[in-house]
Order: sequence, then C-alpha cells, then structure tokens
Amino acid sequence: MIYVTKMPKLDLEQTLTGHKGIVWHVSWHPQGKMFASCGEDKTIKLWSKEGQEWAIKTVLVDGHKRTIRQIEWSPCGNYLASASFDATTAIWDKKSGQFECNATLEGHENEVKGVAWSPSGQLLATCGRDKSVWVWEVAGDDEYECEAVLNVHNQDVKKVAWHPSLDILASASYDNTVKIYKEDPADNDWSCFATLQSHESTVWSLAFDKTGERLATCSDDKTVKIWKEYKPNNQEGVIVADKESVWKCICTLSGFHTRCVYDISWCHNTGLLATACGDDIIRIFKESDDSDPNAPTFELVCTKLDAHSQDVNCVTWNPTGNQEILSCSDDGEIRIWSFSSD
Amino acid sequence: MTKTADNVNPDIYDKGSEREITSSDYDENIEDLFDEREIFDLIRNINDPEHPLTLEELRVVEESNIKVDNIKNLVHVSFTPTIPHCSMATLIGLSIRVQLLRALPARFKVEVEITPGSHASEYAVNKQLADKERVAAALENNNLLQIINQCIA
Repeated sequence: MIYVTKMPKLDLEQTLTGHKGIVWHVSWHPQGKMFASCGEDKTIKLWSKEGQEWAIKTVLVDGHKRTIRQIEWSPCGNYLASASFDATTAIWDKKSGQFECNATLEGHENEVKGVAWSPSGQLLATCGRDKSVWVWEVAGDDEYECEAVLNVHNQDVKKVAWHPSLDILASASYDNTVKIYKEDPADNDWSCFATLQSHESTVWSLAFDKTGERLATCSDDKTVKIWKEYKPNNQEGVIVADKESVWKCICTLSGFHTRCVYDISWCHNTGLLATACGDDIIRIFKESDDSDPNAPTFELVCTKLDAHSQDVNCVTWNPTGNQEILSCSDDGEIRIWSFSSD
Repeated sequence: MTKTADNVNPDIYDKGSEREITSSDYDENIEDLFDEREIFDLIRNINDPEHPLTLEELRVVEESNIKVDNIKNLVHVSFTPTIPHCSMATLIGLSIRVQLLRALPARFKVEVEITPGSHASEYAVNKQLADKERVAAALENNNLLQIINQCIA
C-alpha cells in the first residue's frame, strides 16, 4: 500500500519578465483578471490573460521621473494610483479610451512610498520619506483635495492601508510603530487614535483581515504580528480609555523568517496569510482550528524556497479568493502561483 | 565651499600585499568560491571621501572584518570609521555596499555594518544601510551617486 499525504503547496503558474531592475509592487485589479506592476524602471505594466498565458497589455511610461514604489487599483477598478520616489502620486484612468495620467498629487517633500484607496474609493492616502501621511478626497473629475496631513510618525512612513469597510487608516513606519487614524465627524479633523508598539525594527507592511478587527504587520525584526481591536465595553474586559478602541498585539510569529519581511497579504476569503521575505521565500500561514480569538495560533503550512532568486518585495492574494498569488522581486521577475491545500 | 575634514590627521597604515596566485587558480576543474580575500580586494581601494587615501590605508576595512558564506550566499563586512563621530560613516558604508552590489553575483545578500563600538551613531547608520528602499532612493540622487562613484573609482 502507498499512502499519499497531501500537503499544502504553492505551484508556479508562470514567470513574467519585462521589467528592467527591481520590481517593487504588483496589484490585482478588483475583478482579479488583470494586474499592474511597477518598479525601478519607472514604468507601469498592465497584464492580463491571453488564452492560458499572462501577457503585457499596456505599458505606461513618462508618468514618473524616478522609481515607482507602489501602484493600487481603485475599488471600482477604473483608476490606478502610482506612488513614486519623484515625490508625486499619479492617477491614471482610461476615460479617453486608453490609460493616461489625468491627475498628479503633489505635496510630499520627497519620496512617496505608499498609496491606498479607501473602500468607498472616495479617499486616497499617501505616505513617504517626509514622515507624513496625507489623506486626499476625490473632489470631482480628476480633482483631488488634501483633507489632512498627519505628522505623527518620527521617521519615514513605509505603507498605508485602509480598513476593509470603514474610513479607518493605518500606517507602518521606519520608527518601528504602526499608527491608526480616523476622522472626527464633529469637526472633520483626522487624528491618530492608536499607536501599535511592539516591533523592534522598521515595519514594512500591514494588512487588515476581512472584518477589519485584526491587523497583520511585518517587519525588519523578522517577525509578523497580529493585532486585535478591543472596542469600548468589550466582553474580554480589556480596559479602554477615552471611548476609543485599543489595539493589542495578540500573536507574534517569530522563528520562521530569516531576514526582513517586506510584505504581508491577508486573504479575505480563506483567512490565509502570505508573506514576502528577504530570504527569497514565500510563506503561507493558517490559523489553527482550535485557535483562541484573544491569543490565536498560526501554523506555517507552506514554505516556498527560492520563490525568487533575490528578495521577494510584494505578495498579494487574488481578490476573487481563487487562491492565486502574485509576487515580485529584486530579480526583476513577477511570478503567479496557485495555492492548494488538498 | 571648503569643509574641514572631521578627522584632520588620521593614522595611516601600510597597504597589504597583493593576493598570491596559486596553481589552483588556473585549474578550470576547481570550483572557485568567493573568499574573504576576494571581497577585501574589491573594497580595499575605495577612496576615503575626505582624504586622498584608501579605506585599506586608513584601516576602515580589514580582511579580518569580512565574512563570506558561500552556502548561504552571505557577505558581511564590518567597517571601522577612523573616529567615533565621523559624519562620513554612512557615505563610506554606502560606497562599500554599492561596490559589492555591482561586483558580486546577485545571489549574494550583502550586509555592511559598523564595527561594534566604533561609532556614536552605530545603530542609526546600520539601520539606514540595511534599508534597501532608502539605499535605492539614495542611488537615484545624482549628486550623491557622483560622490560615491568618485570614492569607488
């Protein structure tokens, strides 16, 4: 008799080349049938499937004068925002029939490192080396107004992420902390209401789970941390001052990553966590079946060694929940993977 | 604009000898792994940003402060600024890093750090040198790149 133990695995579907130099970021279109990539070569490439193969559909050039660090599709899928080291954020759309840049957001003093659309698509957040986080409102056709400049980090801000359903914003920084912000409806002022302190080095990226009550963060300290929101009058009896929620670190995944963890993606369909690491590995973590919601345990269910030949910079689950993963690397390549657990 | 060097009168040391070439260097059947000496040869002649001297002559870099792991593809270089308040420490570290990134195969992870205890801002400089996003952004700054290229040339 031969017993076959089925192990969760990550199968490579395709390797895509085309960028010159570091590929910093990849972003799925909300419908999951197209994605965008960007990097050191100052171009944005849009990819979709031709038959069974992914191929470049469009290349956007001349939008930026320096490295493009991040790109993000708006929730409606009609706009693309790109953040660049040239201190600007560009908004692209194809109202004219083809993609072109119809708005440029200026204000950051130098490198813009992160950009994110709010769930409604009405707000946009950017962050950068000047230590600030900006909130922009979509004011009309190709018009964006600055709603707030938040100066609460004391070092550069690496990434911003919105809560999946509310206008709550989180930012990760070189100052080792994560800050959470919201708008006060009384005076429309944005402010920081929580500082998440526990990482021992730069926090590179962050991702909310589908409820928005948990946040996963990854860091140069080689750990991943899971944080939970405790609202006023919570059942657990966690003390909450000033009627504001408290965020507590409820789990630290250490001993898995051997170098800086550059990115983390939380699948809103399966609850699986994927990480991109400087040790060239993609890892998948799954919450244990008997996990305590206030002190959860996660198991490493898949380790893809040599996922790339250099640092993995970005990893992201297909938003349709089909367990497809996109990754990109310093090696100039983009890879598409399919995860299977049975 | 003239600026006085942080350390006006640094100690100067003799240069070491050239690497001895052995018969195995010519043997195509012997796999040639990277060793500490080879890494040292790549960085010993980097010029100090402030003096007409090399990093070897100032003992900022020494072969004994280099570690190579060919299996883990790791290169670790500790460098020693001539004085603990040297404002050029980040620039020197960046020059070493850039030289190794250009010269070594991409599979290597290069770590450049200050020799423990030799600089007042050791932690801050090390953190900056280890942040590849900051390094990438710095290398897009033409003025800085020119200075680094002069050091490496």
